[in-house]
Amino acid sequence: MAKITYHTHDNKTHTIDVQKGLTVMEGAIQNDIPGIDADCGGGMACATCHVYVKEEWLDKLPAKEDGEEDMLDMAFEPKNNSRLSCQLIVSDDLDGLEVNIPSKQG
Amino acid sequence: MNKTDVLIIGAGPTGLFCAHQLGIIGLSCEIVDNLDKAGGQCIELYPDKPIYDIPAVPECTGEELTNNLLEQIKPFNIKFHLNERVEELKKNQNRWNVKTSGGVEFDVAAIVIAGGVGSFEPRKFPLKECEKFEGNSLFYSIKDKSIFKDKTISIFGGGDSALDWAIELSNTSRVSLIHRRDGFSGAEASVQKVKELNDQGKLNLYTKYQMDTVLGDKKIESVKIKHDEGEIKEIKSDYVLGFFGLIMQLGPILDWGLNIDKKTVQVNTENFETNVSSIFAIGDICSYPGKLKLILSGFHEGALAARGCFKYAKPDEKLRFEFTTTSKAAQERLGIKK
Repeated sequence: MAKITYHTHDNKTHTIDVQKGLTVMEGAIQNDIPGIDADCGGGMACATCHVYVKEEWLDKLPAKEDGEEDMLDMAFEPKNNSRLSCQLIVSDDLDGLEVNIPSKQG
Repeated sequence: MNKTDVLIIGAGPTGLFCAHQLGIIGLSCEIVDNLDKAGGQCIELYPDKPIYDIPAVPECTGEELTNNLLEQIKPFNIKFHLNERVEELKKNQNRWNVKTSGGVEFDVAAIVIAGGVGSFEPRKFPLKECEKFEGNSLFYSIKDKSIFKDKTISIFGGGDSALDWAIELSNTSRVSLIHRRDGFSGAEASVQKVKELNDQGKLNLYTKYQMDTVLGDKKIESVKIKHDEGEIKEIKSDYVLGFFGLIMQLGPILDWGLNIDKKTVQVNTENFETNVSSIFAIGDICSYPGKLKLILSGFHEGALAARGCFKYAKPDEKLRFEFTTTSKAAQERLGIKK
């Protein structure tokens, strides 16, 4: 388990123990955290699981794979700290990760 | 009015295979899809990506899968209504009257919703102010390019649509292309062409900029764009075009009285009927305990839903289970000559 904190648009904070091996997206979906749609189900094909990663975590995350940046072009209000949460696989290294969920996904 | 046994909403793999299963058991159907071609997510999201988990097909792309399914349903001469979104359902005694966005009407005994994650709609600018200009000086797709002649146009996006239109329109209009980063997702040849046109002064390319505000009274007069580092530029614009791909919206399906949970329609697993009798839901759009969002699950769901439709389409007949290997009736329907 790793603790992942999701800050949702309604100014609520949800800290969840997410099982290792799941994605940050799945952690949100399984715990009914609002704001992550994940329409394509984790296929890096839709950009509706877009999150903003807390700045200090940016360098600690695995690098973006080909295609993630392309999909982020399609995201709602992408910023420099944007990631697709379906591409962030939870591990010990991600324990304590904090992400902000945008006001909407499209 | 199109009278047929079953209306299938969605021409993705699940909808196409359900049409096949309806054909085999002797029911007619027509298919409506909001996109301009069959294939659904397979065609729109990943036409070139290989799929490895279609039973007995070790590897195929989304496009190949779609083409094979279209080939498989050819014998049934199924009528497609593309670029149409189903808007309205009305119960008429034991049948349904259905109306689409383009005014096409159907009279059917049953409806199969194979709508994926909803219909594909263009993704829009996040700014609220953009809404009031939509359709008059701000567009997400181009129907008539002649209106842009000799005008000043700001195009946003970094994919093929944005690049292709920037290149095309730069022949007859003053074009600025604005994109949030230096990299582009569109074809490399188009990226090179845009950079060339920029160097020749035939187009203005702004990278690491995003829309900040849009100004104008009735029509857009200019847009302000903001650099990653905070600098703001104002560009005169008669028209603004945004190409950010497509997003899926459930749309009117929400208003049909179906039990909906997290953007999916609840069904039983006996025949994938919803809480509304004679409306079925299959594929990614349906949910039930243990649901897997796989194409192969959609095929199974479609086969059972097709049989579920039978009693509504032919209430006085009994459906007999048959195999295509031996059933004369099925082989006749497939047009097989022996």
